[in-house]
Amino acid sequence: MTLIDLANPTKFLALTARVLPWLTGATAILLLVGFYQAAMAPDDYQQGATVKIMFVHVPNAWLSMFVWGVMSIAALGTLVWRHPLADVAAKAAAPIGAAFTFLALVTGSLWGRPMWGTYWEWDARLTSVLILFLMYLGLMALWRAVEDPSRAARAAAVLTLVGAINLPIIKFSVDWWNTLHQPASVMRMGGPSLDRAFLIPLLVMAIGFSLLFVTLHLAAMRNEILRRRVRSLQMMQASQAA
Amino acid sequence: MSLGPYASFVVTSYTLVAAIVLVLIVWIAVDYRHQKARLRELESSGVTRRSGRQATDI
Repeated sequence: MTLIDLANPTKFLALTARVLPWLTGATAILLLVGFYQAAMAPDDYQQGATVKIMFVHVPNAWLSMFVWGVMSIAALGTLVWRHPLADVAAKAAAPIGAAFTFLALVTGSLWGRPMWGTYWEWDARLTSVLILFLMYLGLMALWRAVEDPSRAARAAAVLTLVGAINLPIIKFSVDWWNTLHQPASVMRMGGPSLDRAFLIPLLVMAIGFSLLFVTLHLAAMRNEILRRRVRSLQMMQASQAA
Repeated sequence: MSLGPYASFVVTSYTLVAAIVLVLIVWIAVDYRHQKARLRELESSGVTRRSGRQATDI
């Protein structure tokens, strides 16, 4: 099966049916290993056991931006290449991305209270991630507000590409401004500054959560294709009745 | 494994992540069943796809 074959929703559904059980199994194994390693990781000499929040906070924070990146590529697919599955992919990813962003905000807040002495600070990193969360909600509202999927897709694609400007702002906010949030400690020039005892569980969790996203996204895309099939059959039924 | 004086922050974080991920999984699974049920209803009412395949065919 070539990439172009996946433009056909029926072929995409067949592929999804084959790969979803394997992806689900791999995700479950990786997350179980990740949670075990996170539980067994040593306490940090400064942060104590609260460092364990990092193993769920950081993967969710990464995915909050990664999912918007995926949606931005899908938006290009809608506007430039008019790929039939591009807007399906974008629409299916939005609620999952919103959930990851919400978790990044809340776990960050729960980590911040004991370490910074506050749940929230209007610094550049926290505020730009909150804006990302609100943009996810806005996109989901837009999809619901416009009944015709192709019209909604074009409007959502434009909004997604405009919103992508926020991604480098989030990434570099800790370098451009003086923030309470710490600078990057994994994806940075000169390599990760984390000790292996923390880095390995973090990477396992990050891969596990990324696989979770791929699994949920494929399943949500399958649902969206079926929803559109229902819509077209209902329209056929209505035109036959008229 | 002792989580020290801030155990509630760690436990709440992990519980919340597990809960939201579970909600996502259940929501997607229920939505799949719902769409399949709607397709079966349409099929039983005699509506067929242009390709001639069954509505619930994947």
